[in-house]
Amino acid sequence: MTGWQMLLYKEVLRFWRVAFQTVAGPVLTAMLYLLIFGHALESHVKVYDQISYTSFLVPGLAMMSLLQNAFANSSSSLIMSKVMGNLVFLLLTPLSYMNWFVAYVGAAVIRGLVVGLGVFAVSALFTDVSFVAPLWILAFAVMGAALMGTLGLIAGLWAEKFDQLAAFQNFVVMPMTFLSGVFYSIHSLPPVWQTVSHLNPFFYMIDGFRYGFFGQSDVSPWLSLSVVGSSLAIVSAVAVYLLRIGYKIRS
Amino acid sequence: MPAISFQSVSKSYPSPRGPQGSTFLALDRVSLDIEQGEFFGLLGPNGAGKTTMISILAGLARATSGKVSVLGHDVQVDYAQARRILGVVPQELVFDPFFNVREALRFQSGYFGVKNNDAWIDELLESLGLTDKAGANMRQLSGGMKRRVLVAQALVHKPPVIVLDEPTAGVDVELRQTLWQFIAKLNKQGSTVLLTTHYLEEAEALCGRIAMLKSGRIVALDSTSELLKAASSNVLRFKVDSELPKLLADKARITGRIVQFPAHDALEIEQYLAAVREAGLVAHDVEIRKADLEDVFLGVMNKNKTPSQERAA
Repeated sequence: MTGWQMLLYKEVLRFWRVAFQTVAGPVLTAMLYLLIFGHALESHVKVYDQISYTSFLVPGLAMMSLLQNAFANSSSSLIMSKVMGNLVFLLLTPLSYMNWFVAYVGAAVIRGLVVGLGVFAVSALFTDVSFVAPLWILAFAVMGAALMGTLGLIAGLWAEKFDQLAAFQNFVVMPMTFLSGVFYSIHSLPPVWQTVSHLNPFFYMIDGFRYGFFGQSDVSPWLSLSVVGSSLAIVSAVAVYLLRIGYKIRS
Repeated sequence: MPAISFQSVSKSYPSPRGPQGSTFLALDRVSLDIEQGEFFGLLGPNGAGKTTMISILAGLARATSGKVSVLGHDVQVDYAQARRILGVVPQELVFDPFFNVREALRFQSGYFGVKNNDAWIDELLESLGLTDKAGANMRQLSGGMKRRVLVAQALVHKPPVIVLDEPTAGVDVELRQTLWQFIAKLNKQGSTVLLTTHYLEEAEALCGRIAMLKSGRIVALDSTSELLKAASSNVLRFKVDSELPKLLADKARITGRIVQFPAHDALEIEQYLAAVREAGLVAHDVEIRKADLEDVFLGVMNKNKTPSQERAA
């Protein structure tokens, strides 16, 4: 195993050791959403023809959990290492900034995919699921998780205290994921809010991901792919730059 | 080629107090070469810049100016090679609470790209008295045990240059013994050792050469034996029950009731004792001993009082 592979392995093991909290917890939360919203809205909301509301909800919930957990993985690992001081063990190693980037984001993607799959597997017990275009599903799942893992890396480098990270999570990540069309199609919104939604990169992640399941979406999956792809490129460049200069980790 | 080379290294930090934009100079053009195979001591009071030097060496901080290299590898330009050569024991007692001792060592070994390292890990555990703790979670270990793991983590990639930043601060006698035996053995086998410590008797016993650092400058740099020779060779030590007159007290090192004067010859000793008698005091338990590193250290530190410290004193 080379250096970055060991770091990736350690980062995966870190969340897997506490999988009850890092995997089972988020899956349970998503199931509660599915049961409650599904039950309450099944007969009132119809997004696409031939697709029940509960079925419509599943991909959005899986993606939302995937995104939030990818973010949580890299950000909480970094902030904990910073606060505990054990980040020094990594700082002393010959690992390059690209090694750090690949390992932290890689572990975030794995956690995101594990949670997303978990949500999906459990939902399959309650409702019908379909996969029209599995490649689209995979592309958006991996890119979305990488995007959020990278954002988590930036937030983890930036934050000095847990409450700063919690603020980032509660005031940025949560609203943007909730307002991205997980629970509704943005076509049901008034025009102003449709425009606002189009400015939210999370919307494209969820919409593109959902296209893979139903072959239907609010915007073209190619548009979503390019928005998600360019967002990923931008945040990756920022994260790699911050790691290279040792932002807040090397004085 | 020196094992460690500092060439005119300065480091300034933004001043935490003081006006906006002002800086605090933690290191002031420090130059120092440590040869391969040396056991080198870096001494100085808190805030002298010892940890700053080690941080720059280890790549945890960047020098504001100057160059630092490890066996010829620049710590910034050629950082990967420099860090492979260094094994650094950090001063803070840090650990990763998710893993046990053996895992921590395997990870650290892996970050350095060292494969199939279990034999050496076992030897490290054995040498540091950690074998029966190998499966214990880091959280369950006592402070002394955590310190041992830090040492093992620093040595896991068999570095030829070992850096210990106050490794025995707050550590029990037994561990200090084990630790020094082990480090001395590695030094005999050819490893270079750089040590910072507050325990001057340790530096005296272990280090062949010593640098004394004060306010970011090297104020003394010599072999331990030369430093001891250069100091006043004797110390007059006694106890008094009440306070010494100011004129005498300024020349003495006073610890509670114990008073110590550096003295070169018998005349000087007689003069001190006479002065004590004239002040109406009685000296008990009078003895004359050889000067040790602590005397040298205090002598050097007093000689190099900076103006601001004079005012504060």
